[in-house]
Amino acid sequence: MTSPTTDSVEGAPAVPRRRSAVRARWLAVLRTPVGAGAGLLLALVLLLAVFAPLLWSDRAETFDTGSVLQGASADHWVGTDNLGRDLFYRVLVATRLSIGLALMATSIAVVIGLVLGTAPLLLGRRAGRLVTAGVNIAVAFPGLLLALFFAVVFGVGMTGAVLAIGFAGAPAFARLTHTLAAGIAERDFVAAARIAGVGRTRLLLRHVLPNIGEPLVVNATIGAGGALLAFAGLSFLGLGVQAPSYDWGRLLQDGLSGIYIHPEAALAPGVAIVVAGLAFNLFGEAVAKGIGLTATVGGGFGPAAGRSPDRVSAAPTDDGRPATDPGRAEGRPVLDVQDLSVSFPGPNGPVRPVRGVSFRIGRGEAVGVVGESGSGKSLTALAIARLVERPGVVDAGRLEFMGTDVLAGSDRSHRRLLGTAFAMVFQDPMTSFNPTRRIGRQLAEVAEQHQGMNRRQAFGRAVDRLRSVRVPAAERRAHQYPHEFSGGMRQRAMIGMGLMGEPSLIVADEPTTALDVTVQRQVLDLLESVRAADDVALLLISHDVAVVGQVCDRVLVMYAGRVVEDLPAAELRTGARHPYTRALVATVPDMHVDLDQPLPTIPGRPVDPASQPPGCAYAPRCPLASARCVEEDPALADDGAGRRVACWHAGEIGTDTDVPGAAPVALTSGERA
Amino acid sequence: MSELRFDGVTIRYGNRRRGTTAVDGVDLTVPDGAVVGLVGESGSGKSTLARAAVGLLPLTGGQILLDGQPLRHGSGPRPVQMVFQDPYSSLDPRMTIGDSIGEAVPRGTRSADRRQEVARLLELVELDPARAGAYPAQLSGGQRQRVAVARALAARPQVIVADEITSALDVSIQGTVLNLVRRLQRELGTSMLFISHNLAVVRYVASEIAVMYLGRIVEHGPTAEVLADPQHPYTRDLLAAVPESTRARSAPVTADPAPAAIAAAEPADPHAPPPGCRYHPRCPVGPLVHGDREICRTTEPTAEHRHAAACHFAPAGRPLLRVAD
Repeated sequence: MTSPTTDSVEGAPAVPRRRSAVRARWLAVLRTPVGAGAGLLLALVLLLAVFAPLLWSDRAETFDTGSVLQGASADHWVGTDNLGRDLFYRVLVATRLSIGLALMATSIAVVIGLVLGTAPLLLGRRAGRLVTAGVNIAVAFPGLLLALFFAVVFGVGMTGAVLAIGFAGAPAFARLTHTLAAGIAERDFVAAARIAGVGRTRLLLRHVLPNIGEPLVVNATIGAGGALLAFAGLSFLGLGVQAPSYDWGRLLQDGLSGIYIHPEAALAPGVAIVVAGLAFNLFGEAVAKGIGLTATVGGGFGPAAGRSPDRVSAAPTDDGRPATDPGRAEGRPVLDVQDLSVSFPGPNGPVRPVRGVSFRIGRGEAVGVVGESGSGKSLTALAIARLVERPGVVDAGRLEFMGTDVLAGSDRSHRRLLGTAFAMVFQDPMTSFNPTRRIGRQLAEVAEQHQGMNRRQAFGRAVDRLRSVRVPAAERRAHQYPHEFSGGMRQRAMIGMGLMGEPSLIVADEPTTALDVTVQRQVLDLLESVRAADDVALLLISHDVAVVGQVCDRVLVMYAGRVVEDLPAAELRTGARHPYTRALVATVPDMHVDLDQPLPTIPGRPVDPASQPPGCAYAPRCPLASARCVEEDPALADDGAGRRVACWHAGEIGTDTDVPGAAPVALTSGERA
Repeated sequence: MSELRFDGVTIRYGNRRRGTTAVDGVDLTVPDGAVVGLVGESGSGKSTLARAAVGLLPLTGGQILLDGQPLRHGSGPRPVQMVFQDPYSSLDPRMTIGDSIGEAVPRGTRSADRRQEVARLLELVELDPARAGAYPAQLSGGQRQRVAVARALAARPQVIVADEITSALDVSIQGTVLNLVRRLQRELGTSMLFISHNLAVVRYVASEIAVMYLGRIVEHGPTAEVLADPQHPYTRDLLAAVPESTRARSAPVTADPAPAAIAAAEPADPHAPPPGCRYHPRCPVGPLVHGDREICRTTEPTAEHRHAAACHFAPAGRPLLRVAD
């Protein structure tokens, strides 16, 4: 049982860190070139809106009958209007009205949009549906058309135009709010709050709005740009601002009459509209790019920390890493991996979720890989299949498949070898097939690509292979689409796809995790019979010690990107020598676990791949840890009988153990076996 | 804590013409202070039943009784609380864990008392009360799940529904949550409906097991008895499928077509449940193997058997009484 003190070790400064993280994200947006430019432009426009009328109102209003309708000159940079007023200053001063009206219209759109968009959550189901339907109809009309319609309804003039543009923008905003809110409302934490008796209003204010706030703000900013343009349009048509007030649209209209004589008069307000519109839109886009995508729902804090290359503080460069013995495998190995490492670039140097993994797999051998999430087991599989994508970098002392070095040379030269002699089965069979193509064709493609068969032959082989993985009515099912297959059947088809060539190695990454136990059994049996029939080697990656123990000959236990123990599967419960292996085995309840004892647990958390300690990575959680463990990383040493273990205290049984009964439990259940 | 009883509960999704009956006439009792484990494959209706129990889904038929009274979901915390499967989505990422727990404390509590209650609950689930100001992102999965348990307890529930609460966790952490469930049951006498697809986990925490298949409860009885002497063929299949590292390698595929057909059978489609006994297309003692057992295809079996197993060919119920006959 984990004690409160162990829990409180990490993440003590709670609130400030989060706040500063939000601020840091906004600052990061401003650091991008587009973000910085747009921010600067927006600040300039807003400053002008505030200060221009204070500074230059006089100049903009001064009549000068001596210089009416002049072109650009040293006195009047963009000329004068029909009353001799300086157009340059008029454009500057008009900023306030133009921006102010646009912001007012946007606020109306936002408020109405928020009310309409969240109404379905507050009202009952039937009334909510009605509101949604109304919004959907309103969205179908073009915004400017609505604005014109409302402008006529509300009458010509400033107020009318503001209301018109506000109302016209509301449906789109309502729709966005509704979509975002509905996405949040489906999440479990909202359901939990409802069960806890939180009322609808509070639910909206406390749970829904804070989680959709950022995208809404971003869209309101972009909307303000749109409103600005729409307003200029209305004023230009004479439906907006009326003389003697003036905004950019109005100035544009006035200037247009003399466009052939002195075009500056029309160009200046036009440029102002474009610049201000761009400022709003670009700023909104930049913010959306920087934060909108990542911050909308706050998800994605999954436990697979090992894979995210961006969580980094200080990466170790353990060049003094002990050399590891690759272990044994009889005859020529199908797969020979030595010192495999995978690294991702991080802000503080590369992060290495896989650090020097060495093992061999013999012909027809079944090897399991177990470990917690983030231990690097899946990444190891991907590295072997050459599927680690940029910016990940795979490095190895040796990576030989069927005697061919797959690390050297181009991908193209290995494609044929990997395409025919190597099969990979992924966890989620739904995402590993193309949903728009029939299963049979997808299988056949392998044979067409790599074995040079024609369409008919390839399809025939696909049906044959589906039959061999015991897909009933294979001929008919080959013509079906992936969604017509159940999870277990899809996984069989996936294995069948691997068998289109003549594989010597099947790498299965959590092949049964998404399946029910009865189906899991069928898929494991299938893998087993395939292996027995064709002498195919199997690398089975699983978090489930029981599954691996049942299927495999040998088990590699991974922790923090390294193999810490390599032992026969039959000895998992009885002969494990690494304290981590023992603890891992003991934590899994099986059908014989003692009901009177609390379940053993492993205290603490796995290490962050970005900050690997210099010593044994398991030391902070290990009941046997000594001073040496903290300082020196133990090498994976062969005991001469094919077993390997990386531990300074291999085989010792702890006296003062944090893992209650880890070793004893392992022993008793072993005896029963 | 109290007794929760499902009485002929039926739940349908969709409309009358095109709908799915996810739960079909389920009778199940969670006795006062007991943990009842509900097992079954995905699509069997376990989670639907759970969501109905806390009022997230409307019932199509039957009723849910709490201590004999029909369950009402008025304002305020509901008497049945739920812990969700995924602790990464069941806590609001924008709220501190203290606020999340405090929100479920019944209204009308003074804020100082509320804080104290939150601290007490955090301690109860073995988290440092000083961390009430932490956000979910700063916690591990196991810690989050314990916060979710604390939130459920904050509402002072009479029954807790735990829906697959360990399946999103790493095995090394799973134990902390299971130990917590057992301790709560022992110390507080919490009545709990514990849903899981993992029989070993259910065995560890539950005193009774109910097995669900395609919206029906097919077997229900004390955990030890059901596991040691399963009556329904589906329960037997489930037990046989539990991976055991100690078991010998699986036998090669038999040449006999009937068992092979069963081995290859696909899980039934909940949208189109088969007539008669719903398990008959996969059943090793049903019409696929024994040609004369047509009754399985046509007639729905009753649960008049030992452990209330709903199977035509399960041994008859109450064997002790029959021996006395």
